[in-house]
Amino acid sequence: MSSTAINHTLEHSGHSHDDHGHHEQSFLTKYVFSQDHKMIAKQFLITGIIMAVIGMLLSILFRIQLGWPDQSFPLMETFLGKWAEGGRIKPDFYLSLVTIHGTIMVFFVLTAGLSGTFSNLLIPLQIGARDMASPIANMISFWFFFIACVIMMASFFVESGPASAGWTIYPPLSALPTAISGSGTGMTLWLISMVFFIASSLIGALNYITTILNMRTKGMDLWKMPLTIWALFLTAILGTLSFPVLVAGVVLLIFDRSVGTSFYLSDLVVQGQVLPQQGGSPILFQHLFWFLGHPEVYIVIMPALGITSEVIATNARKPIFGYHAMVYSLIGITVLSFIVWGHHMFVTGMSPFLGGVFMITTLIIAVPSAVKTFNYLATLWRGNIRFTPAMLFAIGLVSFFISGGLTGIFLGNAALDINLHDTYFVVAHFHLVMGSAAICGMLCGVYHWYPKMFGRMMDDKLGYLHFWFTFIGAYLVFFPMHFMGLDGVPRRYYAFTEFEFMKEWLTVNTFVSWAAIIAALGQVAFLWNFFYSIWYGKKATQNPWQSNTLEWTTPVEHLHGNWPGEIPTVYRWPYDYSKPGHHEDFILQTIPFSETMSSNFPHDFEGNPEAERIQLEWQKNQEAERLAANKA
Amino acid sequence: MAQVPLRQDTENYKPKKFLMWLFIITSCMLFAALTSAYIVYTGGDPSRGIKVKLPVEFIYSTVLIVISSITMHLAFKAAQSMDGAKQRVFLAVTAILGLAFFYSQYSAWNALFEAGAPFVNSNASESFIYVFSAFHVIHIFAGICMIIYTMIRQGSKITQARNMFHMDVTALFWHFLDILWIYLYVFLLLNQ
Repeated sequence: MSSTAINHTLEHSGHSHDDHGHHEQSFLTKYVFSQDHKMIAKQFLITGIIMAVIGMLLSILFRIQLGWPDQSFPLMETFLGKWAEGGRIKPDFYLSLVTIHGTIMVFFVLTAGLSGTFSNLLIPLQIGARDMASPIANMISFWFFFIACVIMMASFFVESGPASAGWTIYPPLSALPTAISGSGTGMTLWLISMVFFIASSLIGALNYITTILNMRTKGMDLWKMPLTIWALFLTAILGTLSFPVLVAGVVLLIFDRSVGTSFYLSDLVVQGQVLPQQGGSPILFQHLFWFLGHPEVYIVIMPALGITSEVIATNARKPIFGYHAMVYSLIGITVLSFIVWGHHMFVTGMSPFLGGVFMITTLIIAVPSAVKTFNYLATLWRGNIRFTPAMLFAIGLVSFFISGGLTGIFLGNAALDINLHDTYFVVAHFHLVMGSAAICGMLCGVYHWYPKMFGRMMDDKLGYLHFWFTFIGAYLVFFPMHFMGLDGVPRRYYAFTEFEFMKEWLTVNTFVSWAAIIAALGQVAFLWNFFYSIWYGKKATQNPWQSNTLEWTTPVEHLHGNWPGEIPTVYRWPYDYSKPGHHEDFILQTIPFSETMSSNFPHDFEGNPEAERIQLEWQKNQEAERLAANKA
Repeated sequence: MAQVPLRQDTENYKPKKFLMWLFIITSCMLFAALTSAYIVYTGGDPSRGIKVKLPVEFIYSTVLIVISSITMHLAFKAAQSMDGAKQRVFLAVTAILGLAFFYSQYSAWNALFEAGAPFVNSNASESFIYVFSAFHVIHIFAGICMIIYTMIRQGSKITQARNMFHMDVTALFWHFLDILWIYLYVFLLLNQ
């Protein structure tokens, strides 16, 4: 199976219709409607970065409101017009800001921007394929994503403003155009945008799975795949199984909004008028939404975990600790993620017994997550660590994953959740564990594979600056929120000045807002570094990090098809770092054991008696030579 | 150095057929979600549920789609024995049966409406019937497009391997739609 790629290439070299091997590409086919996976990865990344900047600016806007609720900023009126009359953000627009911030960050940045970029870049390169199974579908996937971004942004330019029912768009708020201004045209655009987004994700995910299962190079069996590929593979499976469920939920919502059905709506009175819809169940939407929604948070974090595994092993110059355990814990997370969605609904009218079941499944996820964390730490332990910017972000991920993951154990508890739900404790939890951790993973990947993408290096010093601003900034923003949440401060509120018990938190909010602004300014270092280095960065060498995986055997300048000659064969797992007896501290996956006789272990041969015999003989000869030399 | 034939993408049929299998899985998830939503919704209150008799048109639909599966298989056989004309004829018959399926579903909607179970309904269990049917019909539409594409490409000069690939994927999808409809119909019958 794994040799199909090579066979096809060889087979068709003689075919008469193979006249489209390499012709001059126009600007349009090379940079815009590209079918090359590396270019599509860059398209995903740059679109993702632009969306991330927009999402971050939105968060700064509502942080300004939360930090200085009584102050007027005339500049805001200049930019935002009627949404900030008198220099203060209007409550309706505040809700839009948090909704679109959440949507952009979860879907457009951390789903498409993260797994879109790295699946496209790394899958063919690390498994040894010329391209994706279907490059055309790959191109369509990007353009659907792009259309989704444009539509989502367009909703800022409609009269009634963007969607404002929260990124979870719970009905009835989202289903009734009359409920709040954001549920009008803005919500319609949100739904259309998400339809495109889901289509993009699904097309992408199908392509990733197919490519990984069918197009691995010779020798690349599943247990020789880098952990990034495992993570991206399982992420794609999650997407394939969960996004269709969101389609079902969203379509029923569209019917409720536009046709007048009552899947979700019942007993509603808006502005003194009883609505005709009766008999619907709003809980039904939550079931459908969170059946996607929970796997979605693993779609966000798993690629980041995979990237981190690779970067930590490379930069600690040590084999990843517990490769199999890492894979099995990823599989465990994948399976468990489908049976925990109820923990988002503990207080929305679920039977306590069911709540108990969901609580247990939720807490079990702590096990594979902890396995991964301990494995990261054990990999770092006594490693010969190189603190590249990518490595710092990888360690940052581990830190956020721990501190955010611990609060997950609180929230997963059905009884504690009665107190904690919908407070800033939840905001703190998910921003650390899936927000900050995943964005660290993404930035880690950007710094690490930048030489592969652009053939140039990013500046290290700016990278360090960026890391410390981001890392410290994120903790200063999200850590105080735990205490606010424990005190019962609810999320999504416009201002806390109206409530006596929340007034004391105003100073904390001001502090958090300052931290957010400074962390956001820190991102300028990254943006400058990223875009400047595309053209003016130091030229990269073929294998700048002395890494083992296949992508570093390709030439620096990109060519369609990745390898100029035959695709290399893989002989070993990707984590042979600092192997005792070898003259270098890394051994590429393409180097056969016959060339590394001095460092082979008996278990390297997987029980192949012939290979073991040859190795033993070689060792005997070496021993004899050494003795002879001693005697002489 | 760039003179290596690199376009595996136009010929690697096996992974592409695998893509269709994966698409079928996503489709299964979609309908699993819809039918589960039906179960959750209907189980919530005894006043919910399908309170009308399912229209007889659904039986016609079932007969039509089963026959179309058979003709699709005959087209596949014809393609295997490289009988292009026969393949085209059977594909055309399948497509026409698909259109007839469209019509039978449409008349089933009319019948449901007249029997007092409209789409806009305070008992959403009955609205679900339309949703199941509509989602399936959208798939049928895609299937008919695939059939037409296979026919057109078969008429042009393509290799037998490529024709078989088109045929293979189309047939796979069409049989899936057949089984999917039977699942939906049996599901509705059991919940009647």
